[in-house]
Amino acid sequence: MRIGSLGLVRGLVGYFAGLIVGMAVVVILRLALGMSAWDQEAVWVGGLISAIIGFLLGVGAMSDWLKWTRGIETPLHHGPPAGKPAWTRYFGVDYNHKVIGIQYGVTGLFLLVVGGSFALVFRTELADTGISFLQPGTYNTFLSMHAWVALASILLGVGGIANYLVPLMIGAEDMAFPRLNAFAYWINVPAIVTLLISMLFGWDSGWTAYPPLSLLGPVGYQMVFLAIFTIGLSSILGSLNLIVTMLMMRPKGMTLFRMPILCWAILATSIIQLTATQLIGQAFLMLSFERSLGMPFFKPIYDAAGVNIGGQPILFQHLFWFYSHPAVYVFVLPGLGVISELLPVFARKPLFGYRWVALSSLAIALVGFLVWGHHMFTSGYQPYLRVVFMISTLLVAVPTGVKFFSWLGTLWGGRLIFPTPMLFTLGAISVFLIGGLSGPILATAATDLFLHDTYFVVGHFHATIFGGFVFPFFAAIYYWYPKITGRMYNETLGKLHFWLMTPGFWLMSLAQMTAGTMGMRRRIADYDPALGVQNVQLLVTIAGFVIAFSILIMIYNLFTSAEIGVLAGNNPWRSRSPEWQIPSPVPEHSYARPISIVGEPYDYGLAGSSYVAMAGAGDD
Amino acid sequence: MAAITTAAQPTALHHDTHAGHDNYAAQLRMNRLGLWLFFISEAFLFGGLLATRFFLWGADTRPELDQTIGLIVTSVLLISSVSMRLAETAIERGNRRAFSIFILLTALFGLIFLAGVMVFEWGLFPSIYQGHLTPWDNKYGAVVFAMTGMHALHVISGIVFILIVWNLARKGSFSPERHWGVESCAIYWHYVDVVWIFFYPALYLIGNAVHIAAH
Repeated sequence: MRIGSLGLVRGLVGYFAGLIVGMAVVVILRLALGMSAWDQEAVWVGGLISAIIGFLLGVGAMSDWLKWTRGIETPLHHGPPAGKPAWTRYFGVDYNHKVIGIQYGVTGLFLLVVGGSFALVFRTELADTGISFLQPGTYNTFLSMHAWVALASILLGVGGIANYLVPLMIGAEDMAFPRLNAFAYWINVPAIVTLLISMLFGWDSGWTAYPPLSLLGPVGYQMVFLAIFTIGLSSILGSLNLIVTMLMMRPKGMTLFRMPILCWAILATSIIQLTATQLIGQAFLMLSFERSLGMPFFKPIYDAAGVNIGGQPILFQHLFWFYSHPAVYVFVLPGLGVISELLPVFARKPLFGYRWVALSSLAIALVGFLVWGHHMFTSGYQPYLRVVFMISTLLVAVPTGVKFFSWLGTLWGGRLIFPTPMLFTLGAISVFLIGGLSGPILATAATDLFLHDTYFVVGHFHATIFGGFVFPFFAAIYYWYPKITGRMYNETLGKLHFWLMTPGFWLMSLAQMTAGTMGMRRRIADYDPALGVQNVQLLVTIAGFVIAFSILIMIYNLFTSAEIGVLAGNNPWRSRSPEWQIPSPVPEHSYARPISIVGEPYDYGLAGSSYVAMAGAGDD
Repeated sequence: MAAITTAAQPTALHHDTHAGHDNYAAQLRMNRLGLWLFFISEAFLFGGLLATRFFLWGADTRPELDQTIGLIVTSVLLISSVSMRLAETAIERGNRRAFSIFILLTALFGLIFLAGVMVFEWGLFPSIYQGHLTPWDNKYGAVVFAMTGMHALHVISGIVFILIVWNLARKGSFSPERHWGVESCAIYWHYVDVVWIFFYPALYLIGNAVHIAAH
């Protein structure tokens, strides 16, 4: 097998070829129009757009569509590529949702490690006062990159959960649009390459990229705008695919209120991703145009009479947060869905208040559209808006509370067992509680005015994201690992991972919030010893390293258990969900025959109840 | 740009399952839902641009634009939806000749619209027509170019879509019963048209024209 036959390699070749061609075209165009040959903004933007297209052409994510435009029909190929080892299908375009789900998940984990390492770098700098080894500019680049790389990793992780599980859970053959599915994954890869290249040029505003700072900084900003725009496109296309799949491809008997609860969470997430993502795309596009062409959307220009005939920086904040607040629910809703999915299995009891939990996901998604202004309490808009956004933000606590009470009700009186996925589920609830309880303090305008841009916000955000996504994501990985690989992970290592990570995270979260209330600003390389936060900062750094180490244990566990783990069998957790009724690992065509649904999904422990009927299993 | 990815599935069939007709019907229903979801998504993009317009200009000001040109291009675009509908009716009746004429006529109307926007509103060719605005001088130019630019991008992708569909029809890819390619192209064109119905008053009609001297 030649290395050039791997889609990924061809894509990267296409990327760099496209980069050179695109840059050359811009330079030639500029010369033809009588401008100077080199303008780094224009040349890089042109080059990188062409590079992303070059990647997609190289990897072959658009080949079928291009053939369709010429009237050539392209049958869907099943199974690994002909004449090549089976593993190669993970490094090229493959239309099977299970392959794409793994591609999403592994890329997400990879980025989690990269983004986490960036955090360790600047955490080390923060362990002591004074500048030790990171100059403030570099510090800011690491900090900003940590944010976007980690956010990209979460979006990919969500994509992994959704793409792998949704078709399996609703008994569908595949997603509604398999080619679109592959395209939506592969478009992330050149975006990530672009994002990482931006590091070489630097950008320093934190992930929010507020103008006017982001209009003045180095050319790295343009790369970030383009990368995030592209990842956003992936979000939109992926969520569109998921919504159609869930609405149109459910089996006989599976009404919406008989879907596995995780599907409801993915549905709610997809509604946000489908719509709100456009606004951050637009905001970053406008920043990019303002930098390249000087279109004044955000920078004020005053005429002779002192009237502003230019833009307003606060417009950017509105557009940005209209996506970026709901984006937080994009991250946590699937995670909260995983918690609701796993608890009944390990408590051997029905999910408490299934309909309420299902609708609470939708409610969080919809209320989430009305709360963006709480990020702007200190930005200087009309004071009455603070009240409006404060009330709408506090409203989010209601559907979130519904979920918490459902979890308690499910656990209550259950016959609990504690394998690693259950531990991570409970860990997620505990961490999300820390994040949740610190939320109303920030949602209240009066207290937020003091806590804005402090480490309290950092602590709150990381607790919600770890509790709402990272812990449940790990729970999901351990839980579905036997279904994916056919083998069991190592339970001892799994428990070790949990018992290092969870106390580590509690410590980190509470210490960050403490530093914040003591006056520690976020996004700053150095702090005054007189603040007295030195010991707290050291604790945060140590906890960060403990968490990172525990994640390495998990990765080691996942790699080795795929070879030496005990065979898991079809249904090691005795789950009622459809995907556990078929062999592990899941065969190429997941369901040999269509399934039908004959009961409620979570009636664990109720005698004689059943959920899934496999066709042809009447003799069962 | 993403329009093409969801919409251009002229022969989108699941080739691998058995019941051909049922399968086509099921895939058609999914394609339609997918296309409409894409429109919902795009509505947020265009809505964001409208919000930008009202945020920066307020409801009481607008730039000085050529009202005659605005009225002409708007009328041309509205008429193009009629010819698109006639093209779709033609393919439903199996009349390929009429289809070709009407769909190319639609593309022609689209090109006239684009020419109106680019030559007159944007003033790209000062030798023909001196434009009123530049993208970089003030908030009026910036927003006019952003809104018409994003809309023009969709018109251009619509014209490309039309040409692909026209070529496929010429090769006989569509039948009166099976022509999702034509249908999606037509719905997409009407959608871009509807967007302009919101953009036209926002740019040309709402508020009082403000004259700003060149910066």
